[in-house]
Amino acid sequence: MRSNHCRSGVLATLFLAFILLSGQLCTGAAAAVLEAKIGLALSMTGGAAAYGATQKQGAQLAVDEINAATGAAGIKVVPVFEDDASQPQQGITVFNKFINGDKVALIIGPTLSNTAQVTDRIAQQAGMPVLAVSNTAKGITEIGDYIFRDSLTEMIVIPYTMKIAREKLGVHKVAVFYGNDDAFTKGGYDAFKKALADAHIEIVTEQTFAKGDRDFSPQLTQIKGKNPDAIVVSALVEEASGIVIQARQLGIPASIPIIGGNGFNSPALLANAGEAAEGVMMGAAWNASSILPLNKKFVEAFTAKYGHPPDQFAAQAYAGVYLACEAVKRAGSATDHKAIRKAMSEIKDLDTVLGKFSFTPERDADHTPVVQVVKGGKFAVFGE
Amino acid sequence: MDLLAQQLINGLFIGSVYGLFAVGYTLVFGVLDILNLAHAAVFTLGGLLALWLVETAGLSLWLAFPASVLACGVLGLILDRVAFAPLRQRADSNFSGLISSIAMAIIFESAALGLFGARTVRFPAHTVSVHIWRWGGISITSLQVEIVAVALLLMVGLTQFLNRARAGKAIRAVAENDRTARLLGIHVDGIIAFTFFISSALGGAAGILFGLYFDSLSPDMGRSIELKGLAVIILGGMGSIPGAIIGGLAFGLSEVLTVAITGTSNLRDAVAFTVLFAVLILRPSGIFGRRKMREA
Repeated sequence: MRSNHCRSGVLATLFLAFILLSGQLCTGAAAAVLEAKIGLALSMTGGAAAYGATQKQGAQLAVDEINAATGAAGIKVVPVFEDDASQPQQGITVFNKFINGDKVALIIGPTLSNTAQVTDRIAQQAGMPVLAVSNTAKGITEIGDYIFRDSLTEMIVIPYTMKIAREKLGVHKVAVFYGNDDAFTKGGYDAFKKALADAHIEIVTEQTFAKGDRDFSPQLTQIKGKNPDAIVVSALVEEASGIVIQARQLGIPASIPIIGGNGFNSPALLANAGEAAEGVMMGAAWNASSILPLNKKFVEAFTAKYGHPPDQFAAQAYAGVYLACEAVKRAGSATDHKAIRKAMSEIKDLDTVLGKFSFTPERDADHTPVVQVVKGGKFAVFGE
Repeated sequence: MDLLAQQLINGLFIGSVYGLFAVGYTLVFGVLDILNLAHAAVFTLGGLLALWLVETAGLSLWLAFPASVLACGVLGLILDRVAFAPLRQRADSNFSGLISSIAMAIIFESAALGLFGARTVRFPAHTVSVHIWRWGGISITSLQVEIVAVALLLMVGLTQFLNRARAGKAIRAVAENDRTARLLGIHVDGIIAFTFFISSALGGAAGILFGLYFDSLSPDMGRSIELKGLAVIILGGMGSIPGAIIGGLAFGLSEVLTVAITGTSNLRDAVAFTVLFAVLILRPSGIFGRRKMREA
């Protein structure tokens, strides 16, 4: 099922023209248009402000496009943006406002998993559908049947990455190197370990580092001595950069790829490691250079509107608004939360910037991840 | 075999940076019997200052290095004037000096935070051209060689200076007994200030080398080396210059070998400090330490 209402009219000029007309539309034939109020709880301040800002831009672009395409029987999205301040307490306030004050159709957000752990329980109790667009931690969708997410978790991205590495690069034995004193890097390690076992890839050695380490040469020297086909690394971007640089300095050739988790998926890696980052591989939910036609349009429109290219957070927020719009449209109501929840859970193979999108029975995102490789100082899609 | 050789090289490299850091640390201790806990903060500022000179002022590293080292020397003079000199006449000057140096460390660290931000920063690419040499399975970068060379040069230079130069001999005289030195006509306060200058300059140099090699500088980077530096000078014998050099190398090697053998960096500090503990039981005054006699 395709949603033409939601997808057309992407060119920046078109919706710029529409913005001029939109005032008339609101006062005009608004009666036939289904008006969907969507609450967006995004971090505009605090630790996650950088992510929240780009999420808001992505979401706003989607809203503008949808409203620009609103026909007589279409949907008009009324976004209500609120700042969760990167804090669970503020997130609770925002969610209560959305549920009791604004009476929104559904909520998109919050930015951080930590906040979601608290706020989503409130939404679940109130029977308010929530679509997470950036939470990847465990236990978010487990909160209840009203909680969805369009952000792919490591448990899907990593097995896919390892499958590609085995099939396309002939990786049969790897060294694993991870930070064992951090929940995120340890979680990545667990996902890698399971994926490696499932793909029948042998682990020749496991080495660990601690948060704040700068010298990785002893571990990398040991790894080099084991001659692995690839080095699998679960690290945050600062440590990841140091590992990549020092591996190449120690003479581990570029023919032995370094495969990273989500922590590697940051422009900071390219800036920090420079040439040493060439050939580094990582899985991701989305890549700017993906050749999906929908994605190309999105990247062009986003760049035209904001003057800089979108990142994964913007893409997931953008896709999130379209998913929300689709659910409301299928439910045929902007107030019947039960129907919206049901319609959302039935979304299958919907064309989005993330690819063909479905929800798993557990309401997690299901679409094909991309495997990226650093090429010429940029993240490119592996094999393209 | 290649593996072991490579690990020894890794340890030698990090050990020489520890050594350089500890030499400055131990120099002040040898002269004043005071631990200057702001040494690690000077180390941090040295690295960040050199980065600023390269990145913002656009100097080449060959100019930025000596400029930053000199600036750290001046920081040492300030440290002496502000934190130590006013307390010198007090009976408990060892203890109160220690406390006021902690205050200076906090001030310096906050200054670094305010001036350079909390982010981890890096030298721009190609600040130094890095060439990689390989023999069999061993690889050494030209940067590593340069860093070890600079560290050794500075350490040997310091030793020679203390043994041969007039000012160096004066430092040793003050270390031996400041009252006698004063009676002999040595300008003791000047010599102490000069000692701080050299000590902090060396600390700053260690900071630059550390930052260059790991290519990652942050206002809290001094914390990772502060305790190690202390352990190194205890291991080598408080106040002993050769002890600090040997102690630094030993500490670096023990760290690297621990990580290599266990495959994890969690035990790194534990083993290093256990070795320190064992040395202290067997030789309470450290490897090169002598009882009742200080040398600088």
